[in-house]
Amino acid sequence: MTQLLRAFGETAILTWDTLRFAVRRPLELGAILEQMFRLGVRSLPLVGLTAVFTGAVMGLQVSYTLSAYGARLYVGSFVSVAVVKELGPVLTAVMIAARVGAGITAELGSMAVTEQIDALRALGASPVKKLVVPRMVALIVMLPLLTVLADMLGVLGGLYVATAEIGQAPEYYWAKVREVLTIGDLVSGTGKTFFFAYFIGIIACVNGLGVRGGATGVGRATTNTVVAAAIAIFISNFFLAKLFLFLQTTFGGGLW
Amino acid sequence: MNSGRGADMPVICRDASGQPALICIAGVEKAFGGKPVLRGIDLDVFPGETLVILGGSGSGKSVTLRHIVGLLKPDRGMVRVGGVAVQDMSEDELIPIRRQVGFLFQGGALFDSMNVFDNIAFPLREAGWEERQVTERVPEVLQLVDLEPQVADQMPDALSGGMRKRVALARAIAVRPQAILYDEPTTGLDPVTSTTINELIRSMQRRLGVTSVVVTHDIDSAFKVGDRIAFLCGGRIAFLGTVAEARSSTDPRLRAFLEGRPHEEFEPG
Ligand SMILES: Nc1ncnc2c1ncn2[C@@H]1O[C@H](COP(=O)(O)OP(=O)(O)OP(=O)(O)O)[C@@H](O)[C@H]1O
Ligand SMILES: [Mg+2]
Repeated sequence: MTQLLRAFGETAILTWDTLRFAVRRPLELGAILEQMFRLGVRSLPLVGLTAVFTGAVMGLQVSYTLSAYGARLYVGSFVSVAVVKELGPVLTAVMIAARVGAGITAELGSMAVTEQIDALRALGASPVKKLVVPRMVALIVMLPLLTVLADMLGVLGGLYVATAEIGQAPEYYWAKVREVLTIGDLVSGTGKTFFFAYFIGIIACVNGLGVRGGATGVGRATTNTVVAAAIAIFISNFFLAKLFLFLQTTFGGGLW
Repeated sequence: MNSGRGADMPVICRDASGQPALICIAGVEKAFGGKPVLRGIDLDVFPGETLVILGGSGSGKSVTLRHIVGLLKPDRGMVRVGGVAVQDMSEDELIPIRRQVGFLFQGGALFDSMNVFDNIAFPLREAGWEERQVTERVPEVLQLVDLEPQVADQMPDALSGGMRKRVALARAIAVRPQAILYDEPTTGLDPVTSTTINELIRSMQRRLGVTSVVVTHDIDSAFKVGDRIAFLCGGRIAFLGTVAEARSSTDPRLRAFLEGRPHEEFEPG
């Protein structure tokens, strides 16, 4: 229990420091771009693969399992809403937590146990500014972009099943997509990922910087990051979904 | 800009002749998880001198050194550098002090994501040196630690342990700090390189007036580079005196340590 409280405390402090240093000059643009490439661009294959097959399997299940309810005609509607509102954002975030979150904790953790973090401090630099800020910024920028891409690929996966497996005309599939999908869905789906990116980044950095106890410590912290980030994503997803649904119904209007 | 020496910082601790101490440690206690490591350390380091801290493995030498630049905070007691109390300072406030005090880590602590050049350039760039000055300075310090200029392009994990240590030393002295803290500068080096490093520490002191604290358990090196010796044992300074005094000291713990005999009081706690 005290451990949990300490974790929250450390997270809050690091969040505050990150905000403070993020606006302080110099902006370390080079480091940020490098992280965007490493965390974002390098994750494209993984995220793309996950999205295509998730969209495809959704199409399959809608077409066959729900066919008794006449769902087969609405593959485009089902797949696009499910992918854009939930599956795209959540699965992308979980995959990024596994690939990037774990990587950040392992890297910062190894730096901590080899005194490199202390060396940064001793040389008059801030580990938050040098290490945490670039990774946080890169995650918060790249995760939403990756999610939009995943959304598109997921819907394309559904399109493949609709045309190749159940012989729908592509135009028909797209018409069904456009019938239900709104800008609001995209905004609420992608909007969640800013929060997911924050959770992944801050959990990964707190765990990495706090590593004690050599290689074993690094391993433990890395596992912990993936587990904690995944839990944070799933739990916050529920409340964020509620929040965005509330916003959509309250301020909805035509567009939403 | 880069050679600012901060000489006009206010000073508190003084020696008998009234000379102000550059580094002043008073009554510092530190425990980790309830296990006391330092039980009240008093130590002054005066400008231009080389103070050697001797002590067995695990006696708290590295911990003591870390307190000086605020990498660790004492549970009790006071640490002043140039008269400024560092124990309550925030990380931001510590930056100017850390730029004045070079730190050689026991394991080198090179950044393994950067090559040797960028490692040595790191503190220079942080201190706002221009790139032109940096490219001049890096080969210069490499030469000081007896490394070829070609080493600059290598990554740290391609270097031998001894070379890594020398690169770390080059990084620590690159900004021409006013004081340098060496954590076991010669451990793991061959005798020839050890001599080079000992002479480097000496010449930094003679030529540039650098104040040094050298942690070591290499007694040879301690007597070669030190002006004064402090012997850390049981969480306290068990002996403090000049090299000559250390040689002729009759303190049983120091004698045992110098002669390499075991002594029950070496174990802390
Ligand atoms: N960050 C830390 N957390 C917990 N314990 C620590 C920490 N740093 C040091 N210690 C403990 O403090 C004691 C003294 O450590 P220190 O590194 O100062 O020893 P040392 O005198 O430098 O030894 P060596 O000659 O082997 O380097 C050790 O028992 C070590 O386990
Ligand atoms: Mg040590």
